[in-house]
Amino acid sequence: MANERLFEEMTKAVIAGLPDKARELANEALHAGIDPLAAIEQGFKPGMDVVGEGFARGELFIPDLMMSSKAMQEAIAVLEPEMMKRKQHLQTLGKVVIGTVQGDIHEIGKTLVATMLAANGFEVHDLGVDVSPQQFVNAVREVNADVVGLSALLTTTMLNQEAVILTLKEAGLRDQLKVIIGGVPASPEWAKEIGADAYAENATEAVEVVKGLVQA
Amino acid sequence: MRAQILQRLASGEVLIADGATGTMLQAAGLPTGTPGEAWILERPEEIMRLHRAYVEAGSQIILTTTFGGTRARLKAAGLDVQAGEINRRAAELARQVAGDPSTGSGQGEVYVAGDIGPTGDMMVPLGPLTYEAAVELFAEQAQALAAGGVDCIYIETMSDLNEAKAAVEGVRQRCDLPVFCTFSFDAHGRTSMGVSPAQAARTMVALEVPAIGANCGHAPEEVLDILPQMREAAPDAYLIAKPNAGVPRMVKRQVVYDATPERMAELARRYVEMGACIVGVCCGSSPADIAAIAAALRIG
Repeated sequence: MANERLFEEMTKAVIAGLPDKARELANEALHAGIDPLAAIEQGFKPGMDVVGEGFARGELFIPDLMMSSKAMQEAIAVLEPEMMKRKQHLQTLGKVVIGTVQGDIHEIGKTLVATMLAANGFEVHDLGVDVSPQQFVNAVREVNADVVGLSALLTTTMLNQEAVILTLKEAGLRDQLKVIIGGVPASPEWAKEIGADAYAENATEAVEVVKGLVQA
Repeated sequence: MRAQILQRLASGEVLIADGATGTMLQAAGLPTGTPGEAWILERPEEIMRLHRAYVEAGSQIILTTTFGGTRARLKAAGLDVQAGEINRRAAELARQVAGDPSTGSGQGEVYVAGDIGPTGDMMVPLGPLTYEAAVELFAEQAQALAAGGVDCIYIETMSDLNEAKAAVEGVRQRCDLPVFCTFSFDAHGRTSMGVSPAQAARTMVALEVPAIGANCGHAPEEVLDILPQMREAAPDAYLIAKPNAGVPRMVKRQVVYDATPERMAELARRYVEMGACIVGVCCGSSPADIAAIAAALRIG
């Protein structure tokens, strides 16, 4: 019963976006001998789900999402050593390579998607902004990615989403992974036209779509 | 001697601002990935040609091509060391097209607004940018724009209320020009950082910013919901509407903004009915949109 109360507080700390509180609760769990994996999955993670839903509905905004994921990350950092000791691993749903395409330096949307994917159990490799097609290909090879996420915020750079897909094809890698695109000017139609597998409107939707892609 | 821009607004006049810069410069050959600010020193004739096209279409306020002109933002293209020169020169180029302020230009009076956009960095605690550092970035830019002879400072596309405050404070540190400030409400009627039109308006009124409004954003129709909220929160402010020319779509490899000049003109008339006294267009627009708006507002 005590555990359940603590889990509830963890959920609340993530929803309220309180990194210090989250760290404190994670430590409390360790002292009480609570299974760290359970603390994450039943305590902190449900908070991220609530925040993600609020964001998709337009009730919560970028600062909320960022502070909540910061709280989540702080908690995981505290719990990780104990998880290693117990040889536990967070369930990895898949490996995602993500970045903003060449010529485009917009960071926020891409980072939000990366953060939400990581918070939801994906191993995320964020290549940053202004990423060339070859850099995407190299990273895909290096980590053996399941999914590639391509962000473009400008109507002038969205053509570079297609350039990455073409370069993946040339490298013979296209068939072994899924490609998802996002960004203000992108759309489901654009995804179809350039041969991407999916499009997502926002970071919350991206999590659901990428989950679907790795299961397919 | 011509009237100052605030006197013109106080007299109840509606002033027409300009349209897009970035997409127009790209159409003129600016390579993708190169910021428009690079052309201020490299291709000043293209910058002046753009200003002239808007003035000929009917713009009475032209914005300097310095949206990404803070030192922080210019850094990505390695232009940060020239930040002061770029902003001052941009103001001079616009001034040259607008005419001499001591005599007024021949064809009606055109004002030069010194454009300031976000730094591109997130502020503490979400990102690395402290309030003090932000104030300094905006102060530097405003100082250079003022030195180049702008009539007012026009802060736009803000989404973080603290950054907007820092911008106003920075501008005021270095010049006594009128300051305008508009926000981009692109997330379910709020800014991406969650700021509502009423919050933005109240904050700007408290800082004695005389002209406030909405620019960029999502669909231009959304401004019809935003203006009344700002009006209610700031009954005495001059309201600005400068939305995108619709929502961008890719059609046959060409980017198309779905609002036609006729549609933008119709919307402009409705913005004015709702109390807007500065009307222009943001991304995806061209002098054709401004010409249509000018025709509609003059007849209407």
